[in-house]
Formats: sequence, structure tokens, C-alpha cells
Amino acid sequence: MQYLLLIYRDEAKLASMSEAVTAEATAAYMAYAQAMSQAGALVGGNRLRPTSAGTTVRTTGGKTQVLDGPYAETKEQLGGYFLIEAPDLDAALSWAERCPGAAYGAIEVRPIWAM
Amino acid sequence: VSDPARIAEAVARNSYGKLLAFIAARTGDVAGAEDALSEAFAAALADWPASGVPDNPPAWLLTVARRKLIDAARRKQISHHAGSHLGLLAEELAADSPPDVPPPDVPDERLALMFVCAHRAIDPAVRAPLMLQTVLGLDAATIASAFLTAPATMGQRLVRAKARIKVAAIPFHLPERADLPERLEAVLDAIYAAFTAGWTDPGGTEIRWRDLAQEAIWLGTLIVSLLPDEPEALGLLALMLYAESRRAARRSADGDYVPLDEQAIAAWDADLIRQAEALLLRASAMGSVGRFQMEAAVQSAHVVRRQTGRSDWAAIVRLYDVLASLTDSPVVAINRAVAVAETTGAAAGLAMLDGLSDDPRLSNYQPYWAARAGLLARIDSRDEAKAAYRRAIGLEPDPAVRRFLAVRLAALP
Repeated sequence: MQYLLLIYRDEAKLASMSEAVTAEATAAYMAYAQAMSQAGALVGGNRLRPTSAGTTVRTTGGKTQVLDGPYAETKEQLGGYFLIEAPDLDAALSWAERCPGAAYGAIEVRPIWAM
Repeated sequence: VSDPARIAEAVARNSYGKLLAFIAARTGDVAGAEDALSEAFAAALADWPASGVPDNPPAWLLTVARRKLIDAARRKQISHHAGSHLGLLAEELAADSPPDVPPPDVPDERLALMFVCAHRAIDPAVRAPLMLQTVLGLDAATIASAFLTAPATMGQRLVRAKARIKVAAIPFHLPERADLPERLEAVLDAIYAAFTAGWTDPGGTEIRWRDLAQEAIWLGTLIVSLLPDEPEALGLLALMLYAESRRAARRSADGDYVPLDEQAIAAWDADLIRQAEALLLRASAMGSVGRFQMEAAVQSAHVVRRQTGRSDWAAIVRLYDVLASLTDSPVVAINRAVAVAETTGAAAGLAMLDGLSDDPRLSNYQPYWAARAGLLARIDSRDEAKAAYRRAIGLEPDPAVRRFLAVRLAALP
């Protein structure tokens, strides 16, 4: 099974973090990704630019509407993701628990719809 | 052996959960297993009257259920062009044991099923209903009435939970040793929720609801037989048996509510009390304290009244002290105040209740107001006592308890 770990956290708080804290968080993410990779669980993952860099597109009745900004205004924003391979939900949850982002925000675990 | 329908019913009662757990543990799909099993029972009702009841009815049912599953998987595969996953599962099921050779005895995987039902990814409110439906085969309407929910709503919640088990791949295996206490707590909480739904039946007369307490005791017995060395499982079963032992004493011949301290000891079920005491003793020898053991011990301290004529209130206060340190439950805090009123005096108990008055969970909680009213009456604060009784009456759904409170209110000068 594959699961997507969606990492949500408060962008404003993230921006105000000191350099030292940012460096620590980056190191924690590197170690985490490496651990998943060594366990054969990591399929892929990326960090996302802030929602201010996002653009939302919607086509209604053939007409395209483009909005600058995120799809939805939320207290915490999607900031990155990991795609992982896990035998079951327990295994996926145990990776989610260890994600550094779980300590700053929240991780949503979504099973991939296999085609 | 003459009536196949009744035999099918008996088999359903005794092995439904076992069969369901066995199938679902292999497919990860509880709803699919339910469908296959219900088709198998329908086939039994059609087949047994004509061909006779098979030697091993559960094995017969399992064989038919597996064929239905394989058929369903094939149908799905053809209609979806994809579905390799289901196809593989079906082959796995078939390879596990050829459909025509039934296993001599179905392995018991109900414990894994119970852990799935009480999994942390399942909404706590639906865990007990899910367990009652899957392990015991109760229908959604019965479960809904016990949990004061509309049948359609309950049905929907159960369907959603089962879809979640399948799609998110909640695993059918026992938790790791390190996780067991926490995971077991969720299972025990769900069983206790089923028990209390059966126990606090308004009027105490609804047969259907009463059965739910019995079903919860059955689940408790099952978990104790499967995990005999878990003290909290023993504690929960003891707690339920103590409560059950007083069922007949809870109402007078006229159906009036009788509070614990006024119940006729002769109406308590001595055999159930004996069983509960033995379980609690076994649990306490294991040297690990927990909420259910403590609550069972409180019951045991009440039962002492059979020998001494009075509950052991000093012991009850000590037990509630421990319980209060384990949980922040307002119910525990109220009971602790009531026990303190017995050992130290009504004013002391009342002072403790006053300390709880900021808790928003208590403003609409009947036992808080009834306890307050009782203690206020004892220190002769009549007007306040009357007001508290009125508030309690307004919050109480059970007419028998309302009547009881009204009699107390009317007795105040």
C-alpha cells in the first residue's frame, strides 16, 4: 500500500523561526527522509513553497478562473509531502508520528487510491 | 436437531464473530465478509432443511462464504478490468484451503477484530457499536436504540467505519507488546461503553437494552479468555459483574428506582458477586493498578455491606483518591465527594462539590445536582436543596429516577 503524508503547519510561525531553529528542523527532516529511505519506505517527497507562491485554477462552464493564492485559507497550510510504501495503516501512522512536522503542526495520512 | 432454522440461529449466535473475524482478517474487508457470511446463512436456511444439517455447521458456512467471496471478487474483476488486488485475495483465500475441504476448527481471530474495531483511526464513538455488530452480529437498529441514535445515522456511521478499515488498510494483527496496554484500553473502553448503554436503560424495562449489558459481559468474558494475564481486562469484567449482580435490586416491585444504599441485599445475585470477587482478586495479584480494577474495587467495598451492614466508605474514599489521580473524570470527582460526605461529613463533601462547580461538563449532569441536593438537605440548606433537586429532575431522562428525586424533594420540610 502507498500512503501520502501531507504536512501542515503555520507558515507565519515558520517564517519567524530563527536560523538556528530552521537549521535544526532541516537536519531533522533530512534524517527522517534518510531513515524512511533506508527502511525501503520512501517513494518520494518534496517541500513546497509558501501558499503565497501558489495559484489556483478552476474551470467553470469552459471559462477558466485563475486566482493568486491557495485553494483555501486555513490556519495551517500544506507545506510538503512524503509518498511512502507501508504494509498497513499502523505502519503508515508510525512513520507519520516520527515526521518532524508532527511536532509543529499536523500530518494527514491518506491512502493512495491504487489504479 | 430437527429444526434447521433454529440450528442456523444457534450457529450464528455462537460462531458469527469467529467466522467474520477469520474471513475479514484475510481480506481486510469487514463489510465484504459480512455480505459473504449473510449469503452463507441464507444458503444454509435454503439447503439444510432439504439436505440435512452438516456435521460441522460453522465449517460449512465458512466454505460457502469463501465461495461467495471468490465469486464477488471475480465479478468485480470483470466489471472493473483492474481489481488485481481483489483477485489475488480471492486466490489467496482459495489456496489457503480448497473450498471443498473445510478446516476442522476455525481459528479464533476475534481478538484481532476487536483491536481493529477499537483502532485509534476509528472514531471512539463508533468503536462499541462496531464491535457489537462485527463480533456479536447485532443489527444496526438494535445498536442504534441502545446508543440513542437514529437507525439510519448509526447504519451510516458503521458503513463509514468499515469502509475506512478496508481503504486505509487497518491491520488485523495483535498490537506489539509495548503498545498493548494503550490499545487494550481502547478495546475495554468500547466494551464498557456497550455495557453502560445497556445498563442505564430508562425504566429498566426495555428487554432489548438489557441484552446489550449481557452482550458486553459476553465480550468481557471473551477478552479475559483470550488475554488471561491482563489485569485491566479482569477488572472490567469484575466491574460489569458487580453492576449486573444488583440489577434486580435497582427497582422496587412497583418499578421505582432504589438507590444503592437502600437496596435489599437479598436481591443481589450472590453468584455473580462471587465471580466478580474472584476476578478482582486475580487481577490484584498481578500488581498493576488501573481504572477498571479501581472501579471494581469500589463495587467490592459496597458489597461489604452484606457482612457489616455498611459500605466501607473509608476504603471507597481511598479508591476514589487513586481514581482521581488516574482520570480527570467529573463522575469520579462527584463520587469521591459523596464518599467523603460519608466519612467526614456532609459539609466536607459539599465543599468538594463546590470546588467542581466551574466544570462546564457538570452544569447539565444530573448526578452532580442530585448529589448536591442530598448533601444540602443534610446540612438543612432546604431552599438550596430544593433548587438542586428541581434541577436534577429536569435533567433526568429516566422516569423512575425522576419519581425518586421528586419524592425526596417533597419530603423536604
